[in-house]
Amino acid sequence: MLRHCLVSGIAVWLAGTLPAGAFIAYVSNEKSNTVSVIDTDKWAVIKTIKVGQRPRGIELTRDGKFVLVAVGDDNTIQMIDTATREVTNTLPSGPDPELFVQDKAGKILYVANENDNTVTVIDIEKRTRIGDVQVGVEPEGMALSPDGRFLINTSETTNMAHFIDTETRQIVANVLVDARPRYAEFKRDGSELWVSSEIGGTVAVIDPAKRTVTKKVTFNIPGMRKEAIQPVGISIVADGKTAFIALGPANRVAVVDAASHQVTKYLLVGQRAWHMAFTPDEKFLLVTNGVSNDVSVIDVAALKVIKTIQVGELPWGITIAKQ
Amino acid sequence: MNAAIANQKLPGFSFAQYLTCLNGIVWREGLRFVHQRERFVSALVRPLVWLFIFAAGFRQVLGISIIPPYETYILYEVYITPGLMAMIQLFNGMQSSLSMVYDREMGNMRTLLVSPMPRWYLLGCKLLAGTVVSIVQVYAFLLIAWFWDIEPPPIGYLAVLPALVLSGFTLGALGMLISSGIRQLENFAGVMNFVIFPMFFASSALYPLWRVQEGSPMLYYVCQFNPFTHAVELIRFALYGKMNWISLAVVAGCTAIFMIGAVLAYDPSRGLSRRGPAGGET
Repeated sequence: MLRHCLVSGIAVWLAGTLPAGAFIAYVSNEKSNTVSVIDTDKWAVIKTIKVGQRPRGIELTRDGKFVLVAVGDDNTIQMIDTATREVTNTLPSGPDPELFVQDKAGKILYVANENDNTVTVIDIEKRTRIGDVQVGVEPEGMALSPDGRFLINTSETTNMAHFIDTETRQIVANVLVDARPRYAEFKRDGSELWVSSEIGGTVAVIDPAKRTVTKKVTFNIPGMRKEAIQPVGISIVADGKTAFIALGPANRVAVVDAASHQVTKYLLVGQRAWHMAFTPDEKFLLVTNGVSNDVSVIDVAALKVIKTIQVGELPWGITIAKQ
Repeated sequence: MNAAIANQKLPGFSFAQYLTCLNGIVWREGLRFVHQRERFVSALVRPLVWLFIFAAGFRQVLGISIIPPYETYILYEVYITPGLMAMIQLFNGMQSSLSMVYDREMGNMRTLLVSPMPRWYLLGCKLLAGTVVSIVQVYAFLLIAWFWDIEPPPIGYLAVLPALVLSGFTLGALGMLISSGIRQLENFAGVMNFVIFPMFFASSALYPLWRVQEGSPMLYYVCQFNPFTHAVELIRFALYGKMNWISLAVVAGCTAIFMIGAVLAYDPSRGLSRRGPAGGET
């Protein structure tokens, strides 16, 4: 019995300390104008790529060949070649691009331009702008329904989630949420849309069919001021059972039971937890901590923070590629 | 083979006789501990008060940066846990020395010291007995702390055991050395004021040394020279499956010094007890 316990204990410990496999994380550092490249085998920064000014939104293209990074103060989106890890091209966004989302085929890019109240539609292959959609004030969060029919954009000042038909490129519905909606994320089965409200301190769960808020996820950290709890990044596990929500200056990531919409645990990370990304095998979740200039690694199965890695100044967005 | 070792004659006594003596002393200490339930409870309540009340209050005040052996941000409760483990051992070491003063006042000490076994061996057994008791208390504390979300890696629970044995010996030997100089039980209050409190507060138990250095460079050096700091750090690193070689060297060195000091002090022909008859003998 004792031997069995000991062997199991050692196995659990080993599983907890083994590397994630060969994945590469790209972190945009808003203040230092760089992208930090993290090797998840070593949990260490292996390269720092100089990019344009104020890099924020960052995402891997579907084919894995490029990392796209929105450099807001340069009013463009830069393309980092994942083979050479150098900036090789740009995409024509509107002024001050912040977050963006690709269609399933990886051909079309929808970009929220914070200063222009528009969403720009870009053909990635041709690197040309093919349209604009007028949205609310300060657009930020972007999500695409799993069937590709509807694009969601949240506007920070209008406090709405706009439903945009991807064929007609027209807004077909607006859902009012709490103050300063920052981020939007669909469950993989398309049954729910989650929108985080930074100032409101809640995450709205929206029924995409009825386009109404059906539930609000609320947060309560003992001893923490309510105003300090500012939900931003949302990551939902593929099976739709668990969600993680970064709570900004509360320095925590909330673990939420995605069925009951109740918080089950708070994980301590660095200061101003912002955006997150899963490793492709979903074993680990990486969180950018803007004020403490680091990235925390969460073991998804154990629900524990296992490591924190120093990166550039004001880390903001993160995306993870296979080697 | 085992029988051969058991029958092997050590100078004057057989191995089995040494074992009988060890068994007797450890058993007596164990019985004393088990029979004093309030002692067990109070030994647990003390660190738990620090953990549940003090740490909860200071959680927002004291931010902890990432320092070895930690690899990420930790709550204050997690930080002070190794310090509280060492505190259990510190109090236990002093309690053990208190019991030696009591034994001397009551005359029980004479029974122990008239044993024909070598004095170093008798004191070593007494030290081991006290250490075993303190380790039981520490693991009970860790069990309760686990429910408070203080969850070191599973291997840490095993890795910390040798560190606890060593730190238990150090603090026990220190207590023994101190007890040799105390004539009466009433004087023991001084130990609280002059040993336990300064050792505990001028250490890395409650706050990391870099933070102490920010506040007072002088105090930082005092903390560095405090053996209790190194006992805490040895436990802290071991609890996370890591080794702090400097702390190991300091703690091992202090154990040797305190132990030799205690053996000499308890030697009637040379030690401190030569200065006058013990309380129980007057």
